[in-house]
Amino acid sequence: MHTSFLSHAKGRYFWLAVLLILGSIVIYAMDNPTEAPNGGTWLGYALGTIAALLIVWLAYLGRRKRNFAHGWGTVKGWVSAHVYLGSSLLVVVTLHTGFQFGWNVHTFTFGLMCLVIFSGFFGVFAYRTYPSARNDLKKSQTLDDVFLKVEKIDTELARLTADSSSDMKMVVTSAIERTVVGGGYRDQLFGRDLSSVVLGGNVVSNKGQQQALGFLVEKLSRTEGKENQSVGEIVRVFNTRKRLLDIIREDIRMQSTAQVWLLFHIPVTFALIAALIAHIFSVFIYR
Amino acid sequence: MIGHIYDIAVIGAGPGGLSAAAHAAELDVSHILLESSPRIANTIQKYQKGKHVMAEPGILPLRSPMDFDAGKREAILEGWEQGISRHNVNVRYSAEVSKIDGEKGAFTIGLVNGESVTAKHLVLGIGLQGNPRQLGIAGDQAGFVQYQLDDPDEYKDEVIVVVGAGDAAIENALALAPSNKVYIVNRKDEFARAKEGNLNLIMAAIESGEVECFFGTTPARIDPPTDDQHQGVFVLNTSTGEATVPVHRIIGRLGAIAPRGLVESFGIEFPNDDPSAIPALSSQYESNVPGVYVIGALGGYPLIKQAMNQGYEVVEYVLGNKVKPADHNLIAAKFLPLPFELEVDEVLEMMQQRIPVFEHVNALQFRELMLDSDVHVLKKGQVIFSKHDYDNSFFTIFEGNVEIEVSENIRIPSGVGNFFGEMSLISGRRRSATVIAGDECVVIETPRRTMNKLISSVDAVKRVLDQTFIVRTIQQKFAPETPIEDLMSIAEKTQINRYAPGQVIFSQGDVGDSLHFIRNGSVTVSGDLDGKEVVMSYVPANQTVGEMALLGNTTRGATVKATVKTETLSLDVESFQMLLTRAPGLKERMQQVAESRSLQNIESQSSAEEEGDLLSFLMGQGLGEATDVLLIDEGLCVACDFCEQACAATHDGTSRLNRKAGPTFAHIHVPTSCRHCEDPSCMKDCPPDAIQRGGAGGEVFIGDNCIGCGNCEQNCPYDVIQMSYKTEAPSSYWKWMLFGFGDKPGKASSAGVVAENAIKKAVKCDMCMDQPGGPACVRACPTGAAARMSPEDFVDLVSVEH
Repeated sequence: MHTSFLSHAKGRYFWLAVLLILGSIVIYAMDNPTEAPNGGTWLGYALGTIAALLIVWLAYLGRRKRNFAHGWGTVKGWVSAHVYLGSSLLVVVTLHTGFQFGWNVHTFTFGLMCLVIFSGFFGVFAYRTYPSARNDLKKSQTLDDVFLKVEKIDTELARLTADSSSDMKMVVTSAIERTVVGGGYRDQLFGRDLSSVVLGGNVVSNKGQQQALGFLVEKLSRTEGKENQSVGEIVRVFNTRKRLLDIIREDIRMQSTAQVWLLFHIPVTFALIAALIAHIFSVFIYR
Repeated sequence: MIGHIYDIAVIGAGPGGLSAAAHAAELDVSHILLESSPRIANTIQKYQKGKHVMAEPGILPLRSPMDFDAGKREAILEGWEQGISRHNVNVRYSAEVSKIDGEKGAFTIGLVNGESVTAKHLVLGIGLQGNPRQLGIAGDQAGFVQYQLDDPDEYKDEVIVVVGAGDAAIENALALAPSNKVYIVNRKDEFARAKEGNLNLIMAAIESGEVECFFGTTPARIDPPTDDQHQGVFVLNTSTGEATVPVHRIIGRLGAIAPRGLVESFGIEFPNDDPSAIPALSSQYESNVPGVYVIGALGGYPLIKQAMNQGYEVVEYVLGNKVKPADHNLIAAKFLPLPFELEVDEVLEMMQQRIPVFEHVNALQFRELMLDSDVHVLKKGQVIFSKHDYDNSFFTIFEGNVEIEVSENIRIPSGVGNFFGEMSLISGRRRSATVIAGDECVVIETPRRTMNKLISSVDAVKRVLDQTFIVRTIQQKFAPETPIEDLMSIAEKTQINRYAPGQVIFSQGDVGDSLHFIRNGSVTVSGDLDGKEVVMSYVPANQTVGEMALLGNTTRGATVKATVKTETLSLDVESFQMLLTRAPGLKERMQQVAESRSLQNIESQSSAEEEGDLLSFLMGQGLGEATDVLLIDEGLCVACDFCEQACAATHDGTSRLNRKAGPTFAHIHVPTSCRHCEDPSCMKDCPPDAIQRGGAGGEVFIGDNCIGCGNCEQNCPYDVIQMSYKTEAPSSYWKWMLFGFGDKPGKASSAGVVAENAIKKAVKCDMCMDQPGGPACVRACPTGAAARMSPEDFVDLVSVEH
């Protein structure tokens, strides 16, 4: 049966993380160092070592998830542990600092770690909400199904407008031909619609198919009888097409949003590891 | 030569026919080889260009004057052409046989073109493919009229008319359209026979003008060309009158005429109407018509090497020589462990005498069966198979006895001549009992495929197996402590019922007069919920339905429908009452079953509607015959494609699942991936028997001996088998990650280097039987969206917890 990474193994890693956090807090509260609490006390070293090892292990998920043949456990289990244990670092490392912050490589490293963790939080949010939202949006269809429907409608519109006036034909045909879906990563991310349509000899933006639809609706109000009926049919079909395109665009937008955070999370993780090395070296050299 | 009587006329220049004619030529026996097409080996000619042809079974020696070894299609065909001229084979091409008259010593073979040939003996080697249906109009013998398309890229800038409206015609038209002017001629006004995908593509191509279509049109005739640019003028009868198209090429794709009707018209009898039945033949390949011999695929031998050997042997038999068949040594080797020394033929005869189920099998068929079977000499106490094992071969007892452990304390002995394992053979389900060898036990193990072939061609075998199945089922399911003899009268009244997918077995409100035991297939139980039919549960093979009706409820409380092709055994009230008197404790047990099922139904009523819709959808996807299927929860899937990448990385670079493809309902997506059917269609026609079911999880997998014929790919109704090259070289992760060298892990190798002699073989999901951690697709899923399950788990899908 399907269980998500958050409830994997009845929340085993959630409880492990809670234990780690509570344990750290209790020991921190009980500890009474001769100097003010900082990374250099025995507890500071201990928490720092745990955190550093955890960071390296957490980053290793990138390797594990692609180690398809020999990986130990399931990736879902690893992700579950990654999320909960990664989150616990916020507490463990803050205690490690002894709340001593400054303009130095140590605090810089801490800052990078927070960036990685918070981008990870967005990742969890994205992974838990976008799939459902995308599925609800498409209602038991795959994206390919929706594309196929649009294609079918394109053919139907060509048939419906075969006997229409030339300006109608021009608007419908150019709106179909100039429909743009997807585009570059930024276009996808912001759901930008670069579609256009030829109206009165000019190429104008047809964002959300609004211009073309507006033209058709106007046409509808100015025709009568049989012609009115056929324009009405075209408006109906064209509007169905518009709604399908909206679904496609929204779906692509959500999919790219659900992935974009990785483009931040992973490079910053590398920066964090580099800073962590610098942090550890400087501690041992300058102390 | 009119008036000449040949000693042997061979019909069909396939591997068997060629080999027979060449051997006759070699021995200087007067012969003629008649081939309906203009070339030899019609079926092999139709293989795609450069296809590697395998020489299975590898252990069988070749016995033929013609050369044959695994290699490219072209090399094999050329070798045979050379063989024809080397041995001076008397072959007549384009000589299609329409009828046969006369008897042994004086057969008259009538050809389609009106000529006739006389011969003393006939050898039929016409295969199973049949002949392509011809256009049947004036001029259709012209060189530019063809009935197949090997390589669409061969043609450029031609005007080509494709005639036909099936998938083959559509695929050809679409493949040719980019570089040629293509017309398609459809007798009707729509493409009703085409697959959905092809239909969309051809309609789009017609819409865009890429392909021009003549609807409601039939070919009229082919006229000579009117200019020197074209090969001819194709005249068509359209709905609005005659149309003419100057053409370079005409491709007819009108299907094939199956050979059975023709063969029957020669007087050769088939045992029954089963499409896979083969004519009854003697051990010397002679049919029921004296003097007419049948070899090759038509006689049940689909492999090239077998057919060639038969070609050689049949000529020897016609001449009255007693040669030992080429497989003699193979069978002798199987008999080596036997505790006595007898000739192969003597052992075979003894087996048939001792084992009643094989009694009515003819000697040739039995020999073929033994070639596929194994003889096991077992020590007392050895386990032959265990309850819940997934294998499904069939066993017969040749010597000694076995004990069948039905339940913990009950062991039923079985002696010489009896058989076991028929339950799994018929139901496709796991073993229902453990079988242990007794004293001096020798058993014959026959693979499922071989046994099924026998069942479909020998009615007597089917009858015996069915009877035994019924009585053993009654004993196991209802009366384990009652001796078989006491159950015989009940078994005789038990009926076997067959249902098509979706067919109703009984309806809610019907008078309940029988209970059904599902022996293969599966059913859904549904109820009426405010006027809407809602599926409540799924019941797989090996279970009973409708028992409540016999325990007092006289009307059916629910509707039961077959999800796939299903067979049930039904017991009527009277038999059941009789059973109750003979089987102590049965009534109480049945009441318990009924009670727990009622409880289950009440429990599932709350979420019934949503659940029912989902269940109906899943059954509509053919998942009623699944045993283990990958389902994706769309509420969790982030479309990372790790499932596919993991599959590719663990399976020679080709993913056996397509995540995106396949339908979705509510939050459940059914990707294109093997569901390991209970009775797999893919296993029906595998010439080397490479596709098997077994292992710990009952997975259906393809062995290394696949010959790349593509039958399984075509037979799978769910499109989960592909033909693919092996790609190698999984690249180094660290090099890719840190320096960008090589391919992303799990991506098909971009090197794409295919070894010279590599062939495309069939690949499919093997449920990661070689992976220690289980299915890679599921293990690689980061969010828990991918899960594998069996249909029994479907009811829980609705109440999913995230």
